[in-house]
Amino acid sequence: MATHHPHMPNATEEATSAMLSAVGASDVEELYEQIPERLRFRGELGLPEPMTEIELQQHVGGLLERNETCESNLNFKGAGCWQHYVPPVCDEIIERREFLTSEWGSPESDKGRNQAWFEFCSQLGELLELDAVGLPVYSWGNAAGFAMRMAHRLTGRTEVLVPESISPERQSVMENYSRLSSGERRLTIETVAFDPETGELDLDDLRERCSSSTAAVYYESPSYLGTIESGAETIADVAHEAGAECIAGVDPITLGVLDSPATHGADIVVGTTQPLGIHMNGGACSGFIASRDEEEYVVEYPTLLLSVTNTATEGELGYAFMPEQLHRSSYGLREDGNDYTGTSVYLWTIANAVYMSLLGKHGFRELGELVVERSHYAAQRLSAIDGVEVRLSPSFFKEFVVDFEDAPVSASEVNDHLKAEGIFGGVLLGEEFPTLGDAALYCVTEVHTQADVDRLVDAVTEVVEA
Amino acid sequence: MSTPSTDERPRDDEAERATNEGAREGRRGGTVREYHAKVWDEPSIMEMGAAGRRGITFPEAESAVRDTVGSAADYLPDAVAREDDPALPEVAEPFVVRHYLHLAQETLGFTNISMWGTCTMKYAPTMNEQLEKRHLSNLHPRQDDDTLQGMLEIAHELDGYLQELSGMDRFSFQPASGTQSAFVFTSLLRKYLEDRGELDQRTEIVTTLYSHACLPATADVAGFDVVTLQPGENSYPSTEALEAAVSEKTAALMIVNPNDLGVYNPNVDEWVDIVHDAGGLCFYDQANFNSTMGISRARDVGFDASHYMLHKTFGNPKGGLGPAAGAFGCREELVEYLPTPLVEYDEADDHYSLDYDRPNSVGKVREFWGNLPLVMKAYVWVRSMGAEGIVEASNLSVLGNNYLETLLEDVPGLAKTVENVTQRRMEMTRYSWGELFEDTGVSTVDIRRRLTDFGIDAYWMSHDPWTYDEPFTPEPGEMHSKENIETYAEALRRIAEEAYDDPERVKTAPHNQSIDRVDEERIDDPDQWAMTWRAYQRKFGDHED
Ligand SMILES: Cc1ncc(COP(=O)(O)O)c(C=O)c1O
Repeated sequence: MATHHPHMPNATEEATSAMLSAVGASDVEELYEQIPERLRFRGELGLPEPMTEIELQQHVGGLLERNETCESNLNFKGAGCWQHYVPPVCDEIIERREFLTSEWGSPESDKGRNQAWFEFCSQLGELLELDAVGLPVYSWGNAAGFAMRMAHRLTGRTEVLVPESISPERQSVMENYSRLSSGERRLTIETVAFDPETGELDLDDLRERCSSSTAAVYYESPSYLGTIESGAETIADVAHEAGAECIAGVDPITLGVLDSPATHGADIVVGTTQPLGIHMNGGACSGFIASRDEEEYVVEYPTLLLSVTNTATEGELGYAFMPEQLHRSSYGLREDGNDYTGTSVYLWTIANAVYMSLLGKHGFRELGELVVERSHYAAQRLSAIDGVEVRLSPSFFKEFVVDFEDAPVSASEVNDHLKAEGIFGGVLLGEEFPTLGDAALYCVTEVHTQADVDRLVDAVTEVVEA
Repeated sequence: MSTPSTDERPRDDEAERATNEGAREGRRGGTVREYHAKVWDEPSIMEMGAAGRRGITFPEAESAVRDTVGSAADYLPDAVAREDDPALPEVAEPFVVRHYLHLAQETLGFTNISMWGTCTMKYAPTMNEQLEKRHLSNLHPRQDDDTLQGMLEIAHELDGYLQELSGMDRFSFQPASGTQSAFVFTSLLRKYLEDRGELDQRTEIVTTLYSHACLPATADVAGFDVVTLQPGENSYPSTEALEAAVSEKTAALMIVNPNDLGVYNPNVDEWVDIVHDAGGLCFYDQANFNSTMGISRARDVGFDASHYMLHKTFGNPKGGLGPAAGAFGCREELVEYLPTPLVEYDEADDHYSLDYDRPNSVGKVREFWGNLPLVMKAYVWVRSMGAEGIVEASNLSVLGNNYLETLLEDVPGLAKTVENVTQRRMEMTRYSWGELFEDTGVSTVDIRRRLTDFGIDAYWMSHDPWTYDEPFTPEPGEMHSKENIETYAEALRRIAEEAYDDPERVKTAPHNQSIDRVDEERIDDPDQWAMTWRAYQRKFGDHED
């Protein structure tokens, strides 16, 4: 009867019968006496026979071997999940069982983990030059959606302006937070055009659309299409003149070479932390929300917040959730809380903390410069191919748009050819951004050597010029 | 020394070995162990290092690259090019490793007994972490389906297993947590009502006070009004209360069953009928599924949709609050609304694919299609347990909890809540230390802190609002041994006795952790809180207070 499963120490006849007799039950059926017979499932579960660990490792390993990976192929896809170098130290630390398997615990017994969370917030705060950083949310899109609702609560207004260049994935997530609400809390998302030459926000269009109904102006730098927003200051000014909040979305790995949007007036900064030491994992997501440390903003965070504090021993520091913030969240106030919170991606913030401390004061600049140089090298070489044009090219970080409109083959055909060569070509943009031609979004990072880029260029040349 | 001959020793020795799972006599008698956390007095990483030290260096771009493009500065607009390096620490790699190793060591977490209620603490198999690193780290979500066949097959199969366990017709793994599963439901509900032209009419979602806070919260985010039924004498509201609350305005019922007091609402099918008769949908929060796996199925009970926690019930590590994954399932009629994409299988071609062309979908609650490592590990869990193992896990969870109950029965100052429900509780039970607090001034917070002094994780108290004084909610799950359960009970008994003998000792706990009791109250004050090192420096200078 008992399975003796290695993860269930009580799955023995002895343990089960000893406990049954202690609780005065003659068999396990009696344990379910609260459930009426009519609600019981009496069929057989149609599940496969159990496997031992050896069998499972072979079976699952075998299945997963059928995937192709960005390790065995040369990958140029990004679009919201990027292949950056993950220092093995990040893995070592988050594989520690103390971190990997903890639940909430208590601030004293889990002091080390709470400190690691604090160091995530602290280091991200330095990159962003912001004093208030929340515990993580699920993804960039979620962070942007929550921030937009923070702005709505702060301003009482219901319109949110977002760039037309936004990632369709992200926009779809944000829309779920807007169009769902009814009545006066229903937000509308309107898009602002981008400059077809530079990819930057069209400031005239922004001025036109920004009004006394605008709750927030949301912009991104780099944008989904890769371009750096140089008009950050103006965007914030336009928002503020209209009495709106300015929310910026940012990829924090750029912050060694680019200013934090906060230094140009953004009130709330959101983004992803996946580039900071987290593997792609087929779509790993992790989001953050940060702002100035002003009470007005802090009380609108939907997330839990962690603070450093004193302990009963003079001079000693500890780290705990801010209690009122916890009670203000959905955990405490249920439907009256700020949006919703719960289990998120806390473990990954520890990988982020490790990553940021490895790179330190100088690493982000070094990394950033390397990425910019290699990505521009790739763009320039690709654009030298007949019929291939790199769009929105003046200033981008790691991603850029490659248009095959004038080539004898389509972007999709190019990808097919690349794949046969062991290369994952850029994410196709044709359907989502028809104004960019027959385009694909390419991503080049520090993992791509010159030789990798040359290999890509040769393969593209081959198919385009064939 | 001569060894005793084999026929002299077996009986005692075997009895002793049988109790060795965490049950060796502790130094002070009983099975509760002495514990002391590592004390590293570990500084903040922000204070560490020295100018010029590096944790990692990067190569320079190749000369051909530089010859072609010049320097990075040429591509960074002056208006936003960063001048000053971020004020991050400068620490050499070995010291980064050492620092975070120390922080790990200053974390008790789930390295020993943890019966953290409402979260189903389970073993996280080492093999799974290896599989993740080896096979999933370098998958990109936008790779062609052809290159993801193994992962897609795993997701498709897991969908099938969950269908079997729930009776539902289809699952999505896009939700990033249990709360997001609830959000998928409220999103889907809106779309469903919109399609039926009932959105303006059906504006209310009914839930119960002992259902998880994420249900009313996500109902609100989706624009519904929340009607919360108050507990009846059995902790679940009476059916009459539900009938009174349900009307033509009812959009849906969202409930947890069993609730986190361990009480099962036996009228749940009647409830579903009442809501269906009024034209509403019913969502079953199965976060507490460890109590009823293979015992009762959401769809059979009548629910239209339900969700399961891959980070709780299905053997994924907790990560100290994630990464997580919700599995959201529903019946056929609602499948068209599920988040995009869905995994499809073409039997003729033996080919798996991601279907993005789903015009009625609610769209996305999170980017991409799911937290794949958690999907893979949940698949491993089901394949490792099999049907028999899964049912046994429920049996052992409920049995373990009832066993713990018998051991706690006469602990001084402790009472079981909802005493009038005399039937056996499910996988967890809510208790109250109200009497002990009255007698000694020792609170449930004090006790959970003291518990950690014995190397046992703090316990979950209760969701808000607290309806019982000084609540405490343990959940042994199937992973703790019988001896662990005994040790847990013994530790609590010892603390209760200590509360009566020497209340100060408990009130000033913990005594054996890396740091002393933290002051949580002061950080509700905007002048005192500091969420980052820079805020702390600004407010307090160097260690000033
Ligand atoms: C009953 C119940 N429902 C929902 C949730 C929310 O899940 P999550 O924390 O993954 O968002 C929980 C959390 O443990 C729960 O216990």
